[in-house]
Amino acid sequence: MFGWEFPPHISGGLGTACYGLTKGLSELNDIEVIFVVPKAFGDEDQSTMKLIGANNIAIIQREVQFDDIQKKIDYFEVNSSIIPYVSEDEFWKLKSGKYSRETKFVETDEGFKIDFSGTYEYNLLEEIKNYALVSEIIARNNEFDIIHAHDWLAYPAGMAAKNVSGKPLVIHVHATEFDRSGGNVNPNVYSIEREGMEMADKIIAVSNFTRNTIIEKYGISHEKVTTVYNALEPQSKEKKPLLKKGVNEKVVTFLGRITMQKGPEYFIEAANLVLKKMNNVRFAMAGSGDMMNAMITRIAELGITDKFHFTGFLQGDDVYQMFEMTDVFVMPSVSEPFGIVPLEAMQSGVPVIISNQSGVAEILENVIKIDFWDTHAMADAVYGLLNYPSLATHFKKGGKLEVDNLRWINSAQNVKEVYKSALNL
Amino acid sequence: MKSVCLFFQVHQPFRHRRYRFFDIGNDHYYYDDYANETIMRRVAENSYLPTNKMLLKLADKLEGKFKVSFSITGLALEQFELYAPEVIESFQKLAKTGCVEFLSETYSHSLSSLKDKEIFKQQIKLHDERIFGFFGHRPRVFRNTEMIYSDEIGAQIADMGYHAMLTEGAKHILGWKSPNFLYVNAINPRLKILMRNFKLSDDISFRFSNSNWSEFPLTAEKFVNWLGKLNSNEEVVNLFLSYNSFGERQTKESGIFDFLENLPKNIIAHPELRFATPSEVAEELQPVSAVSVPHPISWADEERDLTAWLGNEMQKEAFEKLYNLRKQMQKCSDRELNKDWNYLQVSDHFYYMSTKYYSGGEDRSGFNPFSSPYEAFINYMNVLSDFKIRLNSFVPEDEIGNEIAALHKIIDEKEEKIKKMEADLLRLQKGKKASNSRGSKR
Repeated sequence: MFGWEFPPHISGGLGTACYGLTKGLSELNDIEVIFVVPKAFGDEDQSTMKLIGANNIAIIQREVQFDDIQKKIDYFEVNSSIIPYVSEDEFWKLKSGKYSRETKFVETDEGFKIDFSGTYEYNLLEEIKNYALVSEIIARNNEFDIIHAHDWLAYPAGMAAKNVSGKPLVIHVHATEFDRSGGNVNPNVYSIEREGMEMADKIIAVSNFTRNTIIEKYGISHEKVTTVYNALEPQSKEKKPLLKKGVNEKVVTFLGRITMQKGPEYFIEAANLVLKKMNNVRFAMAGSGDMMNAMITRIAELGITDKFHFTGFLQGDDVYQMFEMTDVFVMPSVSEPFGIVPLEAMQSGVPVIISNQSGVAEILENVIKIDFWDTHAMADAVYGLLNYPSLATHFKKGGKLEVDNLRWINSAQNVKEVYKSALNL
Repeated sequence: MKSVCLFFQVHQPFRHRRYRFFDIGNDHYYYDDYANETIMRRVAENSYLPTNKMLLKLADKLEGKFKVSFSITGLALEQFELYAPEVIESFQKLAKTGCVEFLSETYSHSLSSLKDKEIFKQQIKLHDERIFGFFGHRPRVFRNTEMIYSDEIGAQIADMGYHAMLTEGAKHILGWKSPNFLYVNAINPRLKILMRNFKLSDDISFRFSNSNWSEFPLTAEKFVNWLGKLNSNEEVVNLFLSYNSFGERQTKESGIFDFLENLPKNIIAHPELRFATPSEVAEELQPVSAVSVPHPISWADEERDLTAWLGNEMQKEAFEKLYNLRKQMQKCSDRELNKDWNYLQVSDHFYYMSTKYYSGGEDRSGFNPFSSPYEAFINYMNVLSDFKIRLNSFVPEDEIGNEIAALHKIIDEKEEKIKKMEADLLRLQKGKKASNSRGSKR
């Protein structure tokens, strides 16, 4: 299995999903997983599978196979912070931000840094190719029956492994370039995605929404694509010391990247409508992204800055702390292949409003579904949840029950069926 | 001899429009006129008018041997007046044939029987007056909303002077007993209980056009044959249906009208069968035993209980919040508020909030204007919030409010008095002028 990140070193939902699925597969006793990531840090949970870091492999293997080893190895270690959900452009921004912290890197090779940032666009694609090269080596040195690649950054690796081994390839689409770019599709990325999908023996989509994109936008035959929904890891039982809510007011939360496809502006408009009618409520926007400044400007324009708060990017326990304080969670995504955050909110017993334009809306029942553009309906739902207690009670109970039944082992079972058909079993 | 007792429920709710929370306090009109009118016109044209026409024809042709009974809710009558007055006319024509009995019911098709005796009583009275006004007929048999019945409700109905009541022949109540006999209330045996034969009733209203049904297609001959084959000791077959089964639930194309046309002929021709109204059944048959119903039953769903309306927390909250206003409503004389109060009580609103079959995939969408029970709940609560604000300005809920209201009342009275005196003054001045002018003429 080829992925790009693995807990605890994650930046988005992909790593979590890969981990959950791997764990689910390991519970089916006839499947063993070798998981390959560009860089293994060594502190990953390997109890359920064998994790291989491409960076570790490369050092040994490349000595034999390539001439210019030293440079390539350095290269791979730098590349380990690739974030699969960002476009190349955003990646550059994040990367340049990280330089200041990764002083070690700056110290060792000053000249390399200039070279790197100057030709970055080219480099991201090259890294993927290099990852593919290493995957060939891994494919030669390991026994396996099927190849499973998660999202476009890992497709070339999967394809390379298929070419070397002749084993069937399953591609797992967590998001497409159409979701990431909001219509402004990068042709390089598209071509990698399409090539991967065409070469794949089977494709797994995280929702029917994504499945349709694959069929319509990538011209893939519908028989080849199967929908397997994501699930949720059961929450760890140990209770961490919780922050007390500082205000005796209701809190409505948006949690996600503040980018076009997440629809933050609709959340703000709805907040404004609610604030006109009630006072004892606050709105929080947790996350960061390229629309953050525009959003702050809009808040100021509406004159609701005293009731609207930005928390910045939240991770790990902070997310759960946030949910503990939240009375209503809203995900107004314009385009969302799946959307794991509402499930986490429901697990924490938070009533949830999601847009019909998210893949997760296909499976959830104990949520309020609205269209992302219908800010009146959104505001009405928020108001209803805050003012009519039985509605919130209903969702707290029903929502929790519902997500507790979404188990990775069920998803894994479905993935296994896909494997079987890819292997013609 | 077996009596066949036909009963039809006629009801339409006033559906609410999409009422957002920002409308609260700003806009006091709650109804989706377009939907109400369209649905009423559609159902009237597909079902009520053609079926009434058919029944009228049958009544004329079969000369008093054919009998049916109806309960028409007050809200349905109001909607007929607004959108389809010809339906009322056709019911009036039916009433004149003498073959029709109109039953008593709650005005709003409400769940008030489960909450408040006083409101329940008012609702029934209001309804009976309406029925008398339209059809010149004082109902003597009662039929509660959705066949909801319990020993206690029955006892109250007996106290109000009704001599019979209709309900569901629920399996878990009757056990081995048959619904095809007359029963009496467990508390007050003076009240006769007619139990619905749900198998035969649902064969017509639900299964008629289902081609997967083993008995498909159902003909009048076949149906009457079934009736004839029932145990010869059994005395009555209660066929209680929703009236829109004819032409709406079972479309005209399914042949339901042919079935309806042929059914009475075949029944009358059968030596062991005859038609009877609920009153006739109650008067002429001997009750076989008391039926004990400690917990309310209804004719809804497999469970035959109240969970379709009061199953989840949302429904219960909405129901409680609504009837929390009843004390204030007792003091409220405002016409508009009373009208909205009646419309708010309709059981359909609570039905829209049901989460029971939301996941089951059962198609209820045709009867539900909301895409989810949550939407239905939020919408209803928004409407109720606005209604409460209006009611509070009329009948305040606390001390200070009471005082303010009392002062308002005094001001209003004084205003009235001033107006009266001004009018008097004007009259006197005029009188003076008139007498002056008369005087000058003289």
